[in-house]
Amino acid sequence: MLDFLYQTLLAFDATLRIATPLMLCAMAGIFSERSGIVDISLEGKLLSGAFVAATVAALTGSAWLGLGCAILAGITMSLIHGFACITHKGDQVVSGVAINILASGLTIVLGIALFKRGGQTPSLPKEDRFTPIEWWGVEMMDSVPVLGSIYRQLISGHNMLVYVALLCVPLTAFILYKTRFGLRLRAVGEVPQAVDSAGISVTWLRYRALILGGALCGIAGAYLSIAQGGNFVKEMSAGKGYIALAAVIFGNWKPFTAFFACLMFGFLDAVTARLEGYELFLIGEIPSQLMQAIPYILTVLLLAGFIGKPRPPAAIGQPYHK
Amino acid sequence: MTYALELKDVSKSFGLVHANKDIDLAVSPGSIHGIIGENGAGKSTLMNIIYGMHRADKGTISFNGQQVDVRSSADAIEHGIGMVHQHFMLVPTFSVLENVMLGSEGGLTLSEGRATALERLTHLSTTYNLEVDPHALVSDLNVGQRQRVEIIKALKGGAKVLILDEPTGVLTPQEADQLFEILKVLRDDGVSVLLITHKLTEIMDITDTVSIMRQGEMVGHRKTSETSPQDLAELMVGREVLLEVTRTPATPAEVRFSAKNLGYTNSQGVVELEDINFEVRAGEILGVAGVSGNGQTQLMETLAGMLPLTTGVINILGTEVTSADATSPRIIRDLGVGHIPEDRHTHGLILDFEARENMILGFHDSELAGSGKLFDYSAIQQNCEDKMAHFDVRPSNPRLSAKNFSGGNQQKIVIAREFSANPGVLLVGQPTRGVDVGAIEFIHKQLLELRDAGCAILLVSVELDEVMSLADRIMVLCDGQNVGIIDAEKADRSTLGLMMAGQKAEAAT
Ligand SMILES: Nc1ncnc2c1ncn2[C@@H]1O[C@H](COP(=O)(O)OP(=O)(O)OP(=O)(O)O)[C@@H](O)[C@H]1O
Ligand SMILES: [Mg+2]
Repeated sequence: MLDFLYQTLLAFDATLRIATPLMLCAMAGIFSERSGIVDISLEGKLLSGAFVAATVAALTGSAWLGLGCAILAGITMSLIHGFACITHKGDQVVSGVAINILASGLTIVLGIALFKRGGQTPSLPKEDRFTPIEWWGVEMMDSVPVLGSIYRQLISGHNMLVYVALLCVPLTAFILYKTRFGLRLRAVGEVPQAVDSAGISVTWLRYRALILGGALCGIAGAYLSIAQGGNFVKEMSAGKGYIALAAVIFGNWKPFTAFFACLMFGFLDAVTARLEGYELFLIGEIPSQLMQAIPYILTVLLLAGFIGKPRPPAAIGQPYHK
Repeated sequence: MTYALELKDVSKSFGLVHANKDIDLAVSPGSIHGIIGENGAGKSTLMNIIYGMHRADKGTISFNGQQVDVRSSADAIEHGIGMVHQHFMLVPTFSVLENVMLGSEGGLTLSEGRATALERLTHLSTTYNLEVDPHALVSDLNVGQRQRVEIIKALKGGAKVLILDEPTGVLTPQEADQLFEILKVLRDDGVSVLLITHKLTEIMDITDTVSIMRQGEMVGHRKTSETSPQDLAELMVGREVLLEVTRTPATPAEVRFSAKNLGYTNSQGVVELEDINFEVRAGEILGVAGVSGNGQTQLMETLAGMLPLTTGVINILGTEVTSADATSPRIIRDLGVGHIPEDRHTHGLILDFEARENMILGFHDSELAGSGKLFDYSAIQQNCEDKMAHFDVRPSNPRLSAKNFSGGNQQKIVIAREFSANPGVLLVGQPTRGVDVGAIEFIHKQLLELRDAGCAILLVSVELDEVMSLADRIMVLCDGQNVGIIDAEKADRSTLGLMMAGQKAEAAT
């Protein structure tokens, strides 16, 4: 019994760790998609963030500098996306795919050029990374059964960026629904003409949404390479940007539902890792590839109208012409 | 005297299209100034320049005698300009209050400004009788209510100049009257109102002065009291226009099209049409009158095969269609029915397709598209050129996308397509909505010609004048029911008005 509890706890703990970059990228996706810009480039921004964070941390020995530069890298990628599809009204999907390809190639080339390790960056010592934070009173709580281990495993003992990601969710909801910027952002994704006619610049509004998204992806990238991991490995984003985008769609472009989608996808991933090689009762061994495909299958089912009804922002994907 | 608004030499081009050429315009404070012109004359472009949505290539704009540089809508709003656009600029997923707050939120967070915005909204809605629930979602409002939200938006900053671009196009006559009452109150408060409309009666009824545009140029300014609809129509079109077609008596022949006990219940179980009975003979026009939203749309769509019948029988040139039969627009069309849909943008045209492709829409399997399996584009091109010439579609360029034609010319494309198929029965919905007087004259003449050639025509229109001047018999719909069918000779506005309110024909006459 206790062993089962412990196993579940570990699974939840893993879920949270896996879901952290998904949450950050999903919130980024919500910002840009709610403003009317398709953001398939989450993946590329995440990858660039991861590379820059690890590189800067390795070169300067400062995790904070790594994080800052990762944010700048994410923003830079966003600005390229914005320049192509806001300023020049290009196709948003094409621009997004281009950014993903660019990030994938550039991180490898620069990685090899800088460190000559086949695209990897050097392993960072513990001090140069964001390490787990032990919360106050963990030892004391340990004596309490059940709650003690929940406190130690699930609540305490994560690195700072996990908590940042968790905070990001209510913060995104607050910005979206309670602030002037949020009202305008939601409006511009639905009826950009209405925003223009109200005397607000559609262009600047959409750029700001993309910049916010870029920053969040940068943080997510830093989490991968200098918090969860200790160096950059090529293609280390491994489709997480796409999964985050699936979570945005699955969550109907709303912060909290997208957050739960991230947790669900994270949980599936955590369970997959644990189930590998196990024979399940009646079913037998489940191929891990199938489990990995589940987020995409669910999203396709959702988009096809089998689970509820997705309601994307009305103006998404369309450049604004006066 | 200083004008509230003065334009001098304003010009604007879109690529090769010279939308505005050296426009002069002056509007006095506290007056209602009408602007008329054919579809594509450049009225909306000019208004968008005043409101800062477009930038003029040259020319000057002054408010209250002061020349200003209007670079964006924000500038215009700051100078006291408010605008209600030709197409609604509302966010359907927002509440009325949120739509009104957009752009003037009153603080970084919404909670700061919400109370003041609500106060302002209620103040405006009581002073000007603009009744609307601030917390309702815009998507739940009807067009009349949406229009009120647009006006509140335009007035919220204390506008001194209010621009209304075809505000009555989508309103019922009652809603339009209500709107005009509001405009009069605003004028008396010292607001200058710029009103664009295609309806000359509205110009005559409510404006003080009127300016006439033709093909991007300002061709005249008049005091409304010193002009006549005939005069205005001629200035606008550049030739004499018949404002009302002369209708010869019909010579009805055999019954071509009839409905018995027709009913339609929608997917939510609401009965939208009940027990509709009528006959249309070859060579006559049966008009359908009624306040919009009383089942006209559903009637047209069931007859055209777009919606399934729930009860009853339709007889089309001898073939019976009941609720048991599968129908589709295709099946109905193959029986010999032509259809000019009420909403040309969603059902009549594919806006992103070229004119020549729209000209064969629904006939893409016929020889119009060539004899083989593949499209024969030279045949399609030729077909479009012929029809454009015959129906005077301007510009006569088959390769232009449908969306780049003005409203009147889009309608002509639909009409050209449907008329040339020589239908035995024709369903016509709102044929002249948003269309200028010149095009109205043309469309009306064509309809009567087709009637005299022996077509059975069912005409639905919320414009009472249109129904009265074209139809031989008039059926009145109220609440999805047929109130009665009367001869056009016996119909007058008051009888029809009473019937539209639900009184039976005998009681009304
Ligand atoms: N954004 C644009 N790009 C290119 N051409 C345009 C644009 N807006 C308007 N035009 C063209 O400018 C001309 C004037 O258009 P405008 O919309 O001002 O006409 P209008 O008088 O308002 O007509 P309507 O009565 O149909 O509303 C038309 O030929 C139109 O096709
Ligand atoms: Mg217009």
